[in-house]
Amino acid sequence: MIDVVYFAWVRERIGLPKERLDTSAATARDLVEELKMRDENYAAAFADLSAIRVAIDQELAEFDTSLASAREVAFFPPMTGG
Amino acid sequence: MSVRVQSEAFDAGAELNVFTLAQSGAGAVVSFSGIVRNNATGDLVAMEIEHYPAMTEQALETCRAEAVDRWLLTGALIIHRYGRLVPGDTIMMVATAAPHRADAFAASEFLMDYLKSRAPFWKKEHSGSGEAWVDARGEDEDALARWDEPKL
Repeated sequence: MIDVVYFAWVRERIGLPKERLDTSAATARDLVEELKMRDENYAAAFADLSAIRVAIDQELAEFDTSLASAREVAFFPPMTGG
Repeated sequence: MSVRVQSEAFDAGAELNVFTLAQSGAGAVVSFSGIVRNNATGDLVAMEIEHYPAMTEQALETCRAEAVDRWLLTGALIIHRYGRLVPGDTIMMVATAAPHRADAFAASEFLMDYLKSRAPFWKKEHSGSGEAWVDARGEDEDALARWDEPKL
């Protein structure tokens, strides 16, 4: 089981801030492909991966980073703080 | 405390005074404050700052530690707000102290560039024409990339 969290417009498009999933996805990219199959909200949120950033266990990561032993994956748009 | 994430307003001047008094060995203090500015049409009602609570403080601390590692500093401070802000409100501040001004200036710029592209904050504008997430700017990413170039 893995916690998946969403922020900003990714959260709004998907329609929820967080969910707990049973997945066998090996990487964040695999997880995205799995989610996109679910419904059109996910497909819309993940339509352009260049507009999405990923963090694994609260550290910025790449889409091809392994999810082995990961507890939490986050998807969000590029940050705009400051 | 060198890194703070909070919804409450803060007094950047007072924070700077406290920070400065704590810097023994410093000959230079540089500070930067980010303020909510109005939009082009002047009808910004509020700026909403969302963040990733579980990640934010660690991301800021990583950023601060990297600055301390790169330059000779006596201290570095980062305060960033989240929640609903209005034009004129201070969103965030950074302050750096060093024996010499060049290090303090460079470290402050680095902290700002790093925060823009690596700290988990997102801004949403509420204005007369509705609401819209602020897009990340390519220039911010470019600004961060310049720190990867070898120092001359």
